[in-house]
Amino acid sequence: MFKEMHDLFRWAWLIPALPFLSFLLIAFVTKRSKGLSSTVSILAILASLGLAIAIAIGIIQSGAEIVEHAAIVNVNWLNIGGLKIDFGTVVDPLSGMMLFVVSLVASMVQIYSLGYMHGDKGWSRYYCYQSLFAASMLGMVLATNLLQLFIFWELVGLCSYLLIGFWYFKVSAREAAKKAFMTTRVGDFGLLLGMLFLYTKFGTLDFATLAAILNTNIQNVAVIGTASYVTVMAFLVFMGPVGKSGQFPLHVWLPDAMEGPTPVSALIHAATMVVAGVYLVARMYFLFVHASPSALQFVADIGAFTAIFAASIAIAQDDIKRILAYSTLSQLGYMMFALGVGSYSGSMFHLMTHAFFKALMFLGAGSVIHALHEKQNIWDMGGLWKKMPITGWTFFIGVMAISGVPPFAGFFSKDEILATALQNGHPVVYAVGLFTAFLTAFYMSRLFFVAFCGPEKPENHPHESPWSMTIPLIILAFFSVVGGWAALPDHNFAFFLHYLPLGQEYEREAINWGLAGISVIAGLLGIGLAYIIYLKKAIAAESIVARFPRVYKVLQNKYYVDEFYLWIINNIMGGVAKVLYWFDIYVIDGIINGIAFITRGSAKTLRRTSTGQLQTYAMVFFFAVVIIFMVFAFGEGQLTSLNPLATLGGVK
Amino acid sequence: MNLSNLSVGLSTYLLVGAMLFSIGLYGVFAKRNIIAILMSIELMLNAVNINFVAFNRFVWNQKSGTNYILTGHVAALFVIVVAAAEVAVGLALVITIYRNRQSTNVDEFNWLKW
Repeated sequence: MFKEMHDLFRWAWLIPALPFLSFLLIAFVTKRSKGLSSTVSILAILASLGLAIAIAIGIIQSGAEIVEHAAIVNVNWLNIGGLKIDFGTVVDPLSGMMLFVVSLVASMVQIYSLGYMHGDKGWSRYYCYQSLFAASMLGMVLATNLLQLFIFWELVGLCSYLLIGFWYFKVSAREAAKKAFMTTRVGDFGLLLGMLFLYTKFGTLDFATLAAILNTNIQNVAVIGTASYVTVMAFLVFMGPVGKSGQFPLHVWLPDAMEGPTPVSALIHAATMVVAGVYLVARMYFLFVHASPSALQFVADIGAFTAIFAASIAIAQDDIKRILAYSTLSQLGYMMFALGVGSYSGSMFHLMTHAFFKALMFLGAGSVIHALHEKQNIWDMGGLWKKMPITGWTFFIGVMAISGVPPFAGFFSKDEILATALQNGHPVVYAVGLFTAFLTAFYMSRLFFVAFCGPEKPENHPHESPWSMTIPLIILAFFSVVGGWAALPDHNFAFFLHYLPLGQEYEREAINWGLAGISVIAGLLGIGLAYIIYLKKAIAAESIVARFPRVYKVLQNKYYVDEFYLWIINNIMGGVAKVLYWFDIYVIDGIINGIAFITRGSAKTLRRTSTGQLQTYAMVFFFAVVIIFMVFAFGEGQLTSLNPLATLGGVK
Repeated sequence: MNLSNLSVGLSTYLLVGAMLFSIGLYGVFAKRNIIAILMSIELMLNAVNINFVAFNRFVWNQKSGTNYILTGHVAALFVIVVAAAEVAVGLALVITIYRNRQSTNVDEFNWLKW
């Protein structure tokens, strides 16, 4: 049984290869034909989805065996000196789940884009990038070593850059693309350092080998200051996820990334690429476990802070995509602190459910924006539910799911995270998580009530989106409802997610309905509050703003983090740059120019010696010969080694 | 005083050659007229010729057991031939330069300069 499955798992490389093939095809062959380009791209990703589903089923059927022995295929790619780099695929529950989620959301988004991007001039380019993104993301998921992962990690970053700046004629899109690329680069630098450190210390970047090494010699003698090597590595590696998954303080790029087309935001900046950081931490979890507890505590703190920080900003935003972006940041913080508190499976579970419902809501928002002709302010919307029933209903499911209302998907994953946080002795993180759940429910319902309920705006003439857009919404809504049932007792999928990374015994935990009740109440409170304020208008939103004008202003301006960075760049970095500029101009250039000046000056003087007078030359020549002769003849042999005659056994 | 015993040694010939060579060298270095320089070069070549012939006279040839072998003379003849050729070429150059520059003064021939 397991053997046959392995045969299937050997073909996992096809999953990223197919979209990559489609990328090449579109880029070099079919780019002139719009219809052909999108067809190729969608067929490729659907084939990948089919294969991913087959592999996921295979993993579930293999049961415990696949957890113990992941199906790893490695092909040697590079072998220079001592450096040996493999490319390969790893199939285990973690990658299987990610493959399914990524290929599902990617295919939904590509189908959705048929409607959303209709008539766009860059149609073929769009599908070209989409295919490249799908290929890199799936390749990253399957990576067997850190370097392979890093290569694909950078590739998805590149695709993110290309797709944020897809409408490059918009200045804001260009700027946002650059910002995203450079901000994540800050984190990637740390990751690269971590990789180099790992390689020099252990001589390999292979996940399985690294895990084996760390599991066998836990005593890490070598220390830097008070921190062990492994802890330093863990901190460095964690910098990558901080940038990629938009954790504070490198979160600033994600809201700006909403300048890209909405389906791109749904795919890259909500469901897949931004969770790459979470995935990396999960992949490298053995490193964090063997590091000192402060490493995981740090992950938990950063995650929890990002969760509540972003959620509080989301309350005061008016742009529908920005609200969703801050919500994404907040949920990423959730996944991160889940890893930090030791809820490995909870984090992956939330990653999956979040991918479903956040992609759903982004696509729903795209549907609304499409219908309202690029209006994004929620206060310009209103009463859309009646005009756009499918979008409205599916969005409603998304809101319910993210608010943690049972039986929708978000409830189960959020509950698992919060329960583990409390169990593993992180009451503060638990409280933050609970409050974030309340805030999340509040701002998502605010968005929903303002945009979809209430009076219609007469200037809007919304219409339901075409089938190509609503079908992905319905499919994602379906998964947003049932995705969480995997955690229910005696469901086979539970095993799939309750994968424990350290060979601990797997225990099936029943849902603690007491704890679950508390988080549900928090969510319902948030929804209720939003209902009272924004639908019943029992408490006027304006009066709250009027009472706390400062708080509102700070929230609306995102805690002035962007302004703070700008200030740093303008003043501190500008000052340093001025000093360095001075140094460059007067010292570096001075040295270079000095060398040139000396050369030229000496040349000017020395050229006087070549008079052009043959007689002078002859005289110099003659006396030089005389002097050389004298040296060899009377020099007592100091220069005999230079004497050509001496070497031939001649004079002296 | 027996005149027949009055022999002239090798060093006398070499001294004459060296003097001739030095005069030629001085001429090459100091003369301004290019014709005079060419003539000085001839002096130096002839100094060499004297040396060749003198060495030929005084060096004992072991193979034939005699010192009357004409190696030095042949070398001197070669030098004379080459010198004749050199003068022909040199004078041709001088004439060409004179036609261009209206001068035989080497101080004005400085177009080898930088």
